[in-house]
Amino acid sequence: MTATTSAGPEAIIEFRGAGYRLSSGQTLLQGLSFTVRRGETLVLLGRSGAGKTTALRLINRLVEPTDGQVLVDGRSTLEWDPIALRRQIGYVIQETGLFPHYTVEQNISLVPRLDGWPPERIRARAEELLALVGLDAAQFLRRYPHELSGGQRQRIGVARALAADPPILLMDEPFGALDPLTRMEIRREFLALQERLKKTVVIVTHDTSEALLLGTRVALMEGGALKGLYSPKEFLHSREPVAAAYVDQLHALEEFEGGQ
Amino acid sequence: MNVLSFFSQHGGEILQATLEHVWLVGATMLLAIAIGIPLGILVARRPWLSKPILGSANIAETIPSLALLGFLLPLPWLGDRADRIAITALTLYALLPIIRNTAAGITGVDPAVREAARGMGMTPLQILFQVELPLSLSTVLAGVRVATVLTIGVATIAAAVGAGGLGEFIFRGLAMVNDRLILAGAIPAAVLALAADFLLGVLEHRLRPAR
Repeated sequence: MTATTSAGPEAIIEFRGAGYRLSSGQTLLQGLSFTVRRGETLVLLGRSGAGKTTALRLINRLVEPTDGQVLVDGRSTLEWDPIALRRQIGYVIQETGLFPHYTVEQNISLVPRLDGWPPERIRARAEELLALVGLDAAQFLRRYPHELSGGQRQRIGVARALAADPPILLMDEPFGALDPLTRMEIRREFLALQERLKKTVVIVTHDTSEALLLGTRVALMEGGALKGLYSPKEFLHSREPVAAAYVDQLHALEEFEGGQ
Repeated sequence: MNVLSFFSQHGGEILQATLEHVWLVGATMLLAIAIGIPLGILVARRPWLSKPILGSANIAETIPSLALLGFLLPLPWLGDRADRIAITALTLYALLPIIRNTAAGITGVDPAVREAARGMGMTPLQILFQVELPLSLSTVLAGVRVATVLTIGVATIAAAVGAGGLGEFIFRGLAMVNDRLILAGAIPAAVLALAADFLLGVLEHRLRPAR
């Protein structure tokens, strides 16, 4: 296990023995300890039910740890005002959660509007954001989410999360609902975007190739616990059985492709 | 003398009764909306309150309307004026569809939308007023529509305590075994109900969120 549990000076998010138990007594997460460094893209990889999404939701305090703590900028999430904390953290989910009664412009300018930006600045920001995610402002600002394709909706979801330029971005299976070609396209766009913006990003996925492509580090989760933290290269050569199983699955795909 | 000429002869009286009827229904709906929507929000927010609140509204619905008017008659202040009694009774009837639809509308909001709203740092009140209520507006309005049509019909009973309205003709017609008098109350009431149903239906359709 290569996880560093001591918070370096560059740590922006830190899990300290964080656990989460439901009131029914079922444990979803236990003893989670790791840090996310400023500017890195950390991928939480694991199968359904591994606790990835719960871990992600601990960061913006959509759930509160029942054990240990989660620190953002050196402060426990419980000490943060949850609203102020979330305004600093972009949040992208698989179903996008775009407001169906808002136009694209209203959707992406939501957080600036809540933060009380002046209208001209909001307008300019909306156009800038659309350009950032590669959509034409004149064509898209007035549209409603149901008038968009899945890939366009997901781009708007990312634009909305980036609206107030938050230092942290949380993404829960952001590309999971897209067809394979669009998914590949958006992943590439995301890499290029991240190259420029240098946000601290935490992504949840169950897709090994996505984890290795996007992550500067991969946190492998299983049964509500952290199995290990790897660089993509380390992950490919790990002897840890669960990690090896993921890599085998990748290789099986390659062999199949090789046999064609 | 046929029904039409009866209507033209007594046009002034019928118009007067219709206006009284509209006032009873209008006042009732304002009250029922002012009480029903907050209760519906409460039911959606606190599921354990759903049984007591919806249960009470349900019971009010099952009390025969004439009996309900009778129960309210001896109450202080309320019982002093006929229109107070009538509006109170009608409001109790109108509540159930409004509460139920408000609660259904809010609980029916896509969980992903609510999750995104919370995750972006909207306060609970912002989520309610900017997301949940706008998205459930057409469902709420469907409840208001059902309640309005129901109230227009039931309001004819208000004449039994002397609150006026189109029921006056119906009760007089029944007492005098006069079909034309009954129709003089029943036809305008039916027209009112149809008109309200149509207008609120159009509004409801306009407010339906696009999918």
